[in-house]
Amino acid sequence: WRRWLRSASAAAFWEACCIVLVLTLSPLLFWCLTALIAIMLKSKTFVKKTRSGGVMKIVREHYLRDDIWCGSEACTECKQESTVLQKDACIESNLCSYPHYLIPDTNVVLHQIDVLEDPMIRNVIILQTVLQEVRHRSAPVYKRLKDIIHEKEKHFYTFTNEHRRETFIEREPGESANDRNDRAIRVAAKWYSQHLKMFESDTDGLKVVLLTNDQGNKQKAEESDLLVYKCEEYIKSLIANPELVDRLALSSDDKNEITSSKVLFPEHLPLSRIQAGIKSGSFLQGTFRASRDNYLEATVFVQGEGEDSTEVLIQGLQNLNRAVHQDVVAVQLLPRNQWVAPSSVVLQDEGTAKDDDVEEEEEEKLVAATLMSSMSLKPTGKVVGIIKRNWRPFCGMLNVSQIKESTRHLFTPADRRIPRIRIETRQASTLAGQRIMVAIDGWPKHSRYPNGHFVRSLGGAGEKNTEEEVLLLEHDVPHQAFSQAVLSFLPKMPWAITPEDMVRREDLRHLTVCSVDPPGCTDIDDALHCRELENGNLEVGVHIADVSHFIRPGNALDKEAANRGTTVYLCGKRIDMVPELLSSNLCSLRSNVERLAFSCIWEMNHEAEILKTRFTKSVINSKASLTYAEAQMRIDDTTKNDDTTKSLRGLNKLAKILKRRRIEKGALTLSSLEVRFHMDSETHDPIDLQTKELMETNSMVEEFMLLANISVAQKIYDEFSECALLRKHPAPPPSNYDILLKAAKSKDVVIHTDSAKALADSLDVAKVDGFPYFNTLLRILATRCMMQAVYFCSGMDSDFHHYGLASPIYTHFTSPIRRYADIIVHRLLAVAIGADSTYPDLMDKHKQSALCNNLNYRHKMAQYAQRASVAFHTQLFFKSRGILNEEGFVLFVRKNAIIVLIPKFGLEGTVFFDGKDKTAPNLVYDEEGPTLTIEQHTFHIFDKVKVTISLDDSNIQHQKIRMALIDPVISGVSVPAPDVGPQAKKPKLDQ
Amino acid sequence: MAGLELLSDQGYRLDGRKATELRKVQARMGVFAQADGSAYLEQGNTKALAVVYGPHEMRGSRSRTLHDRAVINCQYSMATFSTAERKRRPHGDRKSTEMSLHLKQTFEAAVMTQLYPRSQIDIYVKILQSDGGNYSVCVNAATLAVIDAGIPMRDYVCACTVGFVDETPLADLCYAEESGGVSSLALALLPRGGQIALLQMDARLHQDHLETLIEAAMTACKGVSKVLDEVVRQHLQEVSVLTGE
Repeated sequence: WRRWLRSASAAAFWEACCIVLVLTLSPLLFWCLTALIAIMLKSKTFVKKTRSGGVMKIVREHYLRDDIWCGSEACTECKQESTVLQKDACIESNLCSYPHYLIPDTNVVLHQIDVLEDPMIRNVIILQTVLQEVRHRSAPVYKRLKDIIHEKEKHFYTFTNEHRRETFIEREPGESANDRNDRAIRVAAKWYSQHLKMFESDTDGLKVVLLTNDQGNKQKAEESDLLVYKCEEYIKSLIANPELVDRLALSSDDKNEITSSKVLFPEHLPLSRIQAGIKSGSFLQGTFRASRDNYLEATVFVQGEGEDSTEVLIQGLQNLNRAVHQDVVAVQLLPRNQWVAPSSVVLQDEGTAKDDDVEEEEEEKLVAATLMSSMSLKPTGKVVGIIKRNWRPFCGMLNVSQIKESTRHLFTPADRRIPRIRIETRQASTLAGQRIMVAIDGWPKHSRYPNGHFVRSLGGAGEKNTEEEVLLLEHDVPHQAFSQAVLSFLPKMPWAITPEDMVRREDLRHLTVCSVDPPGCTDIDDALHCRELENGNLEVGVHIADVSHFIRPGNALDKEAANRGTTVYLCGKRIDMVPELLSSNLCSLRSNVERLAFSCIWEMNHEAEILKTRFTKSVINSKASLTYAEAQMRIDDTTKNDDTTKSLRGLNKLAKILKRRRIEKGALTLSSLEVRFHMDSETHDPIDLQTKELMETNSMVEEFMLLANISVAQKIYDEFSECALLRKHPAPPPSNYDILLKAAKSKDVVIHTDSAKALADSLDVAKVDGFPYFNTLLRILATRCMMQAVYFCSGMDSDFHHYGLASPIYTHFTSPIRRYADIIVHRLLAVAIGADSTYPDLMDKHKQSALCNNLNYRHKMAQYAQRASVAFHTQLFFKSRGILNEEGFVLFVRKNAIIVLIPKFGLEGTVFFDGKDKTAPNLVYDEEGPTLTIEQHTFHIFDKVKVTISLDDSNIQHQKIRMALIDPVISGVSVPAPDVGPQAKKPKLDQ
Repeated sequence: MAGLELLSDQGYRLDGRKATELRKVQARMGVFAQADGSAYLEQGNTKALAVVYGPHEMRGSRSRTLHDRAVINCQYSMATFSTAERKRRPHGDRKSTEMSLHLKQTFEAAVMTQLYPRSQIDIYVKILQSDGGNYSVCVNAATLAVIDAGIPMRDYVCACTVGFVDETPLADLCYAEESGGVSSLALALLPRGGQIALLQMDARLHQDHLETLIEAAMTACKGVSKVLDEVVRQHLQEVSVLTGE
C-alpha cells in the first residue's frame, strides 16, 4: 500500500500543484449507479505548505469519463438528451466564412465579457477550465458569464473538459499552472475540431475557432492546426456588426501605441510591499474619495480602531497617483512641513487631451497657490499603491476629439469624482450627444487619463428615458429585467388558492376589508378592517400581502429581491423589487379577489387600548380599494352608512386617539416638502407640479401601520432575541441641532432639544406673528438635523430606540411588496406563530446583519435616486416654463451664497453672489447669526426674498436650476425684475 | 477567494462524479492468516483494514458476560500516516472511542449474537488512509471480515455517507466535500430488509430535506451491498478452487 509521506524539503513547493501519480489499478470491481460506462481513475497529488511551515501532500481522486457530450446539434455520436449549440452557427465574418463555434480562453472572457454579452455573439463553448479560472479571478465576471450561459438564446455551452477522458491533461514537470490551463484549452479545442470533423458532410464544414489574446498560446495553437484568432482580429472581422469593435476592451499591448513613453505617475508598489508597510504602520489603508469640486484633490478615509477614523488629504496629480473614486488604496503621509489645507477653489478638469503638458504647469501653480493660503493644515499624504480597484461601468458623455478622423476620444463621466477616460471608437459622431457607458480597462503610468472601452449607449442626452437610466445606474439601482431563472420561481398562472394553502390559514374572506392608498397605486400591500365585537370592543385588523408565501428562501427569486432590497419609485416610473406578476397582481390586495395575507388583529376598547393581539396567516377578500381622497369623502359623507364606511369611521376614530397618544409620548412630526408632478398622459412630461397634500386618511393608515410594526417588532424580538430584524433611529448628537437653534434664535424662538418630546413640544409652540410659514420652515430644518434610520439585527446591537417615533422597538412589516426587510420580518413572524418553517440563514445573526447592511445601502441609494428623479423632472418642468419669478425663504446662509426654498414647488436653490463672470461684491459672513451682508443688505435665515428661476443648460450633463435675486434690490447683485415670463402664468404669480 | 464549487451547474462534483455516483470500491477478503476473519477495503482513497477474532470466550473482565448472547467488542483506530498531516493518535481518544461505539451498535444489530451466548467477538478496524467517509468504509470492511470469519449475520451491513448541497444529495462524500461545510449524514443499512442499523448526523439540516437525504443514502447503501456481494462470491470461488471442492 502506498503511504502518504511527509515531504522533507519545504521550501520549493509553495502551493505548487502538480500531478505526480497515476494509479493504474486493476479494475477489479466498479460500481456506478447511473450507467455502466468506462471510467478511468486518476489521482491528483499536490504538495501544500501549511501555516506552521510543514508540508502536506494532498491526494485527490479525479475520475475521467466518456459520457460528457459535446452539446452540438450536429453531432450524432454523443448520446445527449438536449443540445445547446446550433447546427447552423453562422455569423458573417471576413475570417471565417463557415459556420463555427467559438472557444474563448480565460483572459478573453475576463476582459471581453462586454463583447460576449452582446446578443450577436452566440454558439460559444465555455470550457470548464476557463469557467473555473474566471471563478477564481473575478467574481463579478463569473456571475455575468453564468447569466449568459443560462440564457437560452445565447447558445453558450459549458463543456466539462477536465473530466472527459480525451481532454484531460496532466501538468508536466516544470510547467506553470497557467501554461497547463492554456494547454488544456488547446487540447479541448483540438478534440472539438476532430469531433466535429466526423459530421463535416452534413454541416457545411462546421468548425471551432479558438479566441486568445496571448501570442504564445496562439502560436502553439497554430502549430497544432487549430483555427485561432486574436479576439480583436475576430471581432473586427464581423462584417455585419462594426459597432461591436467599440465594446472591445483595450489589451495591454495596445496601450503602448496610444501614449507617449513619458512617465507621468510614480510606480505603484507591489501588494507585498504595501502589506508590509501597512503592518509596520508606514502606510495607511483607506477608501479613496475624490473631491466633487476639485479634480486635483481627494481624501482617503482611513477606518481606525473602533470609532477613531481619520481622513488623509491628497493633493496634486502625482500624489493622487491614478487612484479612482472608491478604490481601496495605501497612502503614505508626507512630512508635517508639507501638509496643506484643503483648497476652497473649484477646479474642473476642462482641458482637452492634446495638450497634457500645458495643463500640467497650470495645475502646479494652483496647488502652489493653495499651499500659500494654508490656514488649518490637515494630514496630507500620497497614494503609493492600489489595494483594490472599485471600477464599475460609468455613465457619461463623449467629448469628441477636434481631429475629425481620430478614433480616440475623451469621455467625461457624469459623476464629477471620476476622472475622464480615454476610449477608442469609430462611431464618435453618432455617440456625440448621447449618454454612454464606459468601463475602465487600466491606467498605465505614462498616461494622463485611464484607458477604457465603450460598453453601450443609453440614448440621447436630456431625453427622459436616458436620464432615468443614467440616474439608476449612477445610484447603483439594479433595474434590469428579471432573469429567466428568477421568473421560473413565479407561481404558474392561472393561480388559485388551493386547499394546501388553507391548512395553516384563517379564512377571513367574510370580513369587510378595504385598502386605502395613493391614486394610481397598483402594488397594494396593506388593507384594514374594523368591526364591533359582541362584547362591545372593537376588532381591528391590518392585513399585509403574504409575499413570503410566494418568495421561498434561497431561490433565485429570493436572492434577486434580497439584492434589490427595495422598490424604487421615480416620478412616473417604478423599479420593482419583485416581478410584476407578484407586485401588481398576486400579492397586491386588490378589491374583490381572494388574496393571501398576513394579518395582525387586535382587540381594542373604544379608548384604543390594545386588549389582545394575535397574528395569523389568512385569506382575505378586499371589498374596496380606495384612494385617500375617496376614503376621506366616504367618512365625511354622512348619508353613507355601508359596512366599509362604518369600518373606515371606526378606524379613523381610533387612529386619532392613537396619534394623540403617540405625540404625547414624544413622537416627532417633521416636515419635508414633497412634490407631485402631474404628468401628461401622452408624453409623460410633467405639466404641473404641486406639493403633496396630507389628509386625515393618510395619517389613519399610517397610525395602524405603525401600530402593526411595533406589535410585530415586539413579537419577533420576544421570540428571537438574537436574530430579529429591527429598525432603529438613533438620537442625533446635540451638535446637529446647532443650525436649528441659531435659526430659531434669530426669530427669538427657543427650541429645546434635550429629548424628542422637548423638541416636539417646542416645535409645536414655535410661532411668529405674521409669518404662518415659519413653523413649517422650522420643521424642515429640524428634519435636516436627524440621523438616518437603519435596519439592524437584534443580536448585534443593544440600542433599539426609534427616536422619531418615540418607540422603544420598531421594525418594518407592512410593505413586503416593496421592501425586502419586511419579507424577512414576515418569515420570522411566521416561524414564531408556527405557520412556516425556518431555515439556517434566518437564524444566523451575522448573515442577517450583512443583509441589513445591503438593505440600508439600497434604501439610501433609492432615496438619492428618487431625489435625483424629482430634480430632473423639476428641470423638465422649468424647461417648458421658461423663466419664472417666485417668492421664497432663505433656508441657509453660506459664505458666498444663500439657499432659497420656494414653498410652491418645494424647490431649493442656491443664489450665488460671486459668479465666475462678474466681480465679487463686498461680502461679510457672520458665523454666529448666521448672516451674510452684501454691500448694505444683510440676509438672515427665514428672510423672504424674490427670485427668478430658470434652467441653466449650458452644461448638458449637469443641467441645473439657476436662481437669481430680484428683491431685495442690491446693485450689482440682483437682476432686474422679470423681463421674460409667459403671459399665461401671470395670474399664478400674483397669487 | 472563492471556495470550492462542490456541484457544478453541469452536475459534476469536484472529482468528476455525478451526484449519485459512488467512488470506486475495491476489496479483498482473508488478507491475514492468523486472524479468524479479515478484509481490506478501499473506497476511493479511503482505505481500511478490518480484523475479526472470535467468537471466543470472554477475555478480561468476566463481569461483562451476557448470558443470552455474545458481546461485540469494536476498536477503531487511525494510522499516524492516514491524514494529510502526520499525527500520533493515542488509543482511546474521544473520536475513536465514539467511532468504536458506533461500530459496536451497528454490528450488534447485524450479527446474530444470540447464537453465541457467553462469548465475545472482537472487531478491530484501522484506517490506513482517510479521504472522507471513514465510518462507512469501516463498516463495509468489517462486514467482509465478519463474513470471512464465518460468523452468521442477518444481512450485509452496508454504510454510506450522503451530503446535501444545492438541494441535491451527494452520495459517498470525499474529504474535500466533507470539509466544505456540507451537512452530511451517515447511514448503515441492512439492505435486503431495508432496516437501518445506524443513522448519524451532526450537522444542521432542514427537516424537510431529511427524507430525501435518507432515501439517497439507502440507494447508495444498496449500491455498496452489490459490490460487497460480488466480492464475497468471488472470494468463495477462489477459496473453493484452492480447496478443490
